[in-house]
Amino acid sequence: MTQALTVQNLTAHYGTTKVLEDLSLSVGSGELVSLLGASGCGKTTTLRLVAGFLQPTSGKITLGGKDLTRLPAYKRDIGLVFQNYALFPHLSVLDNVGFGLKQRGVASAEREKRARAMLERVGLSQLADRLPGALSGGQKQRVALARALVIEPPLLMFDEPLSNLDAKMRVDMRVEIRQLQRANGTTSVYVTHDQEEAFSISDRVAIMNAGRIMQLDTPETLYQRPANAFVARFVGFENLVPLKVTKRDGASVTAQTRDGSQLALSQDRFGEIPDDFVLAARADGLAVTTDAKAEGIPATLGLRTYLGRAYQYQCETAAGTLVANGALSMPQEPGSGAKLVPVPDQCCVLKPE
Amino acid sequence: MMTTRINPLLILFTILVYIFLTGPLIIVLGASVSDTTYLTFPPQGLTLRWFENIFEISAFRRTIVTSLELAILATGLALLIGIPAAYALNRYRIQLPTWLSTVFVLPILVPEIVLGFSLLKSVAVGASAPIFATLLIGHTLLVLPYCVRVISASLASFDFSIEEAAISLGSRPLKTFFTIVLPNVRSGVIAAFILAFITSINDVSTSLFLTGPGISTLPIQILAHVEQFFDPTIASVSVLLMFLTVAVMAIVERTLGLTFLAK
Repeated sequence: MTQALTVQNLTAHYGTTKVLEDLSLSVGSGELVSLLGASGCGKTTTLRLVAGFLQPTSGKITLGGKDLTRLPAYKRDIGLVFQNYALFPHLSVLDNVGFGLKQRGVASAEREKRARAMLERVGLSQLADRLPGALSGGQKQRVALARALVIEPPLLMFDEPLSNLDAKMRVDMRVEIRQLQRANGTTSVYVTHDQEEAFSISDRVAIMNAGRIMQLDTPETLYQRPANAFVARFVGFENLVPLKVTKRDGASVTAQTRDGSQLALSQDRFGEIPDDFVLAARADGLAVTTDAKAEGIPATLGLRTYLGRAYQYQCETAAGTLVANGALSMPQEPGSGAKLVPVPDQCCVLKPE
Repeated sequence: MMTTRINPLLILFTILVYIFLTGPLIIVLGASVSDTTYLTFPPQGLTLRWFENIFEISAFRRTIVTSLELAILATGLALLIGIPAAYALNRYRIQLPTWLSTVFVLPILVPEIVLGFSLLKSVAVGASAPIFATLLIGHTLLVLPYCVRVISASLASFDFSIEEAAISLGSRPLKTFFTIVLPNVRSGVIAAFILAFITSINDVSTSLFLTGPGISTLPIQILAHVEQFFDPTIASVSVLLMFLTVAVMAIVERTLGLTFLAK
């Protein structure tokens, strides 16, 4: 019995500091949405507000149509998985998993049966009688997951659940989390600062900054079509070049860099281009060419690094230092002049900040 | 196999420390069984009559009971105040001003004799409270800082997200405190209990001002006794006090401590 979560116009303060501003978010039934951002962006605050550990200044939180906003945390029925596992140190693994059932008045025999079945699912049935202190990090997080899932919560929330695990464990665990979440069809909110982690397990990702959601979309859209400069930088668009349109002729547009060099771009290939815009490109999105007739951003090539599939150059341009890739067949010497030509499929046209 | 040579000087110091620590205990023990009418060490002869003598002097009988009652009640009260205080100080550490936790050490910084005197003026004389009540207030104040400090230290390493985990699983906050928080700081509570109990039962400076007609504590009675007599009774009382303290510690350890260790 999984349910949709909606967060409407949520604003929150710590003292007088505004940490969340008019945040709205909806997570569909059975969907996994990640909140992604650097520390202090408000992602954990959002989670804690939904969990009921913090009270919003204004706004509304509903789960399956039921208003949670003023409901105390212990009545919200939300499964939580914490970064530091937060297992009860004085209780056995079995009692840890059974804790939520006990609070719901499930009889002891039934409780043990269900807790054992859940431990079986996370592959820890042989450790049921251990104390949490005797488990490894990965095992602890599995117990925490089992403890949250066994109460069959309508909503499951993760707060940086893999941050304390080593790299390999992180990858294994996120696959496991995703499989369990899919199998149960539990609506989930997943907080992380790790882009790869968020993109790999989420249906949709909300990229957050300074208490706002900058963009909420599928990982594919975020990665290829960021909606603004912040998201573009966040997903690895190293080059953001401000441009102005000087001439329009049907679909073809001539734009000018700050130093006056002209650039012809086709709206058929780059999408609609406003008069003032920012061209966002990863290193692959700017091709280094020495062809004098090519229309591109004039640059002086600096440091060259070898990437295996291409050479990468630090390029000095009027728009600042840009990073561009050049073909392996034509290595260029540092100090030589070249042009950086935008590659249509690899670039994005954004509104200026 | 590598052998480490221990510096002989180190061994000497260790032995000296042991002598300094156990010496007084041995002397008191020896003096308490001496078959003489004055305090002496090494004991001459061997007798238990000084222990019998304690119970023949009614003042000792009464003060032993008073001291025990006082120590148990004061420690209990201090824990009742100290546990929630320590919890609040740690749970809301970020929100609370830092000086707040310092307030709870102030009674340690003030000389106990001043504490006793000011309580005499304000509570005993000022509010004309009964002697036992005044003593209880004094001892509670005296041991409260130890309770707050020791339990705070224990709570400082407690991860409060454990508490949140329990709440998210449907446990009410108050119930969570008793089923989740308290069992995890039990060792701190036991340590606080023992420390507070010993402090209370051995206290002279604060009690000196607060005892009055008919009601006194054992250490004050020892003091009064020494002023008039110099027989080994006080040595035997001291031994009794020592064993009493050890017994309480053992009981607390057994009832609360071992179940925790066995888990």
